[in-house]
Amino acid sequence: MASGIRLDKVRKSFGATDVIKGIDLTIEPGEFVVLVGPSGCGKSTLLNLIAGLETVSSGDILIGGQNVNRVPPRDRDIAMVFQSYALYPTKTVRANITFGMETRRVPRDAQEAAVEEFSRLLQIDHLLDRKPGQLSGGQRQRVAMGRALVRQPAVFLFDEPLSNLDAKLRIEMRTEIKKLHQRLGKTVVYVTHDQIEAMTLATRIAVMDNGHIRQFADPATIYEYPVDLFVAGFMGSPPMNMIRGRLFHENGRVFVLPLGARESVRFPLVGAAGTAALADSREVVLGLRPETIFAAGSELPGPNRHVFEAPVEVVEPTGPDTMLVFQIGGQDLIARVRPEDVATPGKTFRFEVDMGKAKLFDAETGLAL
Amino acid sequence: MRARRTSGIVHRSGPGAWLLRGLLFTILGLFCLYYLFPLFVMLATSVKSLAEIREGSFLAFPRDISFEAWAKAWGAACVGVRCDGLQPYFMNSVMMAVPAVLLSTTLGALNGYALTKWRFPGADIIFALMLFGAFIPFQVVLLPMARTLGELGLAGTVPGLILVHTVYGLAFTTLFFRNFFIGVPDGIVQAAKVDGAGFFGIFFRIVLPMSLPAIVVTVIWQFTQIWNDFLFGVAFTVGDSNPVTVALNNVVNTSTGVKEYNVDMAAAIIAGLPTLLVYVVAGAYFVRGLSAGAVKG
Repeated sequence: MASGIRLDKVRKSFGATDVIKGIDLTIEPGEFVVLVGPSGCGKSTLLNLIAGLETVSSGDILIGGQNVNRVPPRDRDIAMVFQSYALYPTKTVRANITFGMETRRVPRDAQEAAVEEFSRLLQIDHLLDRKPGQLSGGQRQRVAMGRALVRQPAVFLFDEPLSNLDAKLRIEMRTEIKKLHQRLGKTVVYVTHDQIEAMTLATRIAVMDNGHIRQFADPATIYEYPVDLFVAGFMGSPPMNMIRGRLFHENGRVFVLPLGARESVRFPLVGAAGTAALADSREVVLGLRPETIFAAGSELPGPNRHVFEAPVEVVEPTGPDTMLVFQIGGQDLIARVRPEDVATPGKTFRFEVDMGKAKLFDAETGLAL
Repeated sequence: MRARRTSGIVHRSGPGAWLLRGLLFTILGLFCLYYLFPLFVMLATSVKSLAEIREGSFLAFPRDISFEAWAKAWGAACVGVRCDGLQPYFMNSVMMAVPAVLLSTTLGALNGYALTKWRFPGADIIFALMLFGAFIPFQVVLLPMARTLGELGLAGTVPGLILVHTVYGLAFTTLFFRNFFIGVPDGIVQAAKVDGAGFFGIFFRIVLPMSLPAIVVTVIWQFTQIWNDFLFGVAFTVGDSNPVTVALNNVVNTSTGVKEYNVDMAAAIIAGLPTLLVYVVAGAYFVRGLSAGAVKG
């Protein structure tokens, strides 16, 4: 059975340092929620609070509708996977997996059955008699997951479980974690600093910064409608281009003129942003994701396309795409073009940007307009 | 990660390098001789007869090997007025050292575990105070300790000595274990908490099995300290409850009769054998433990 989790004005401070500064969060049963943010934003502390490995300074934590503020980790019906795997080094894989059941006095045959079932599911059934020291990183990760799975808890907590794996294995395990979630349907709270992991795994993402949740929404909303510059800049790789500029009106249309740019390079606003009543010469930040800037004429023309020219500084082929680094008014920008689009460093290149996907933020508050 | 091999590192060759190498081994050889020579003299003297010792040089190899001196040292040498050899005092030392080592090691492990994995307000201050105990000269505590033992009714007894060694061993054992446990990832303890184990469950089933190197180091250290202790032994025990170190002193420093060098040597070796044995058996762990935590395992 999956349980929901509710955090109500949760705060945590260590001495004089406030780490969690009043968080409200409601997680539905069966959801896969990813807490993402830069290091030091409090995401791991928040997970430890949910696990009961830290005590809240104030506020309430409810799991399955029950207040667990005073409930120790063992009685919270949770299981946790740690970043360092945290396997018991002197115990065999089998003993690692059964340790929790032993402390709970689960009958022997039930333990055997559980080990059997989950070791096969995770493909570690041939490793049961080895010690953690004899396993590879990926295998240790699987054992750590097995130890959590046999618990059959209402809530799974993952603390950066993939960050110690190499790139290829990380993608593999990411898929497996998603498969497991789809199969078991348990509530998952997953902490990571990797925004791609967050995007791929989550049903909803909570973007955290400095002890606050900046935005809590599904991945598409987070990506397409970031509430502020922080969320916009954190999610996406390469990051969103942020162009500081001023608004001006001309012939009933609204344009953004990048600071320090020539009069000819200006970006027309379309849609809601174009018609909103915004004051002239107001300072704004225009957000353009790299994949919304193409080589002119290479894509089917859309209604909101705007063409501009800029000299290319650096060409970075990645295989499926090529990144072009260029400058407008002294601000570095990145465009993600197709590998066929030939660009030469130092030469002017014709870009086309989909202004329908552009985001506009207030330069002072950083909030989306 | 395994320790990196160093044997494959390319080094200079040629006559200069060979000369340096030769010099190095000559110096090492000299040091070896310097350290082994006293042992040789002791062993050789202990198996000579008194007549042979008087006639020959103490550097000479023994002509007829006899273990009479050993037998006498063990079973018949006079310690004060009692002539039963070192045997009863040796047993006193065993009865004292074994419980004292076990107690101080266990308590030190518990302290180190609590100070690092169940941190509480003031843990650092408590650790600093305990550490201070490692630097107290033992002469300072003799009188207060004698008074305490008297109040407890343990004066002049082996259990009293066990208590003294346990108390004064705690500073070192806590330090050893605290420094070992600080390298044990907190995640392991957290995982065990989520798995439902409590303070002692985690200690005995997870943490203690991991700390074998620290246990071995501590046991060797404590055993050597406690077995070799003379000051507490001579201050807090009387006659029949003396440890072997005090008894050895009484055998060697006797002022009556002929000086029996062979018995003295045999007695000294007997008194030192247990620590030697502990080193031989557990020495490999000792070295490993001292460097534990130097590199990530």
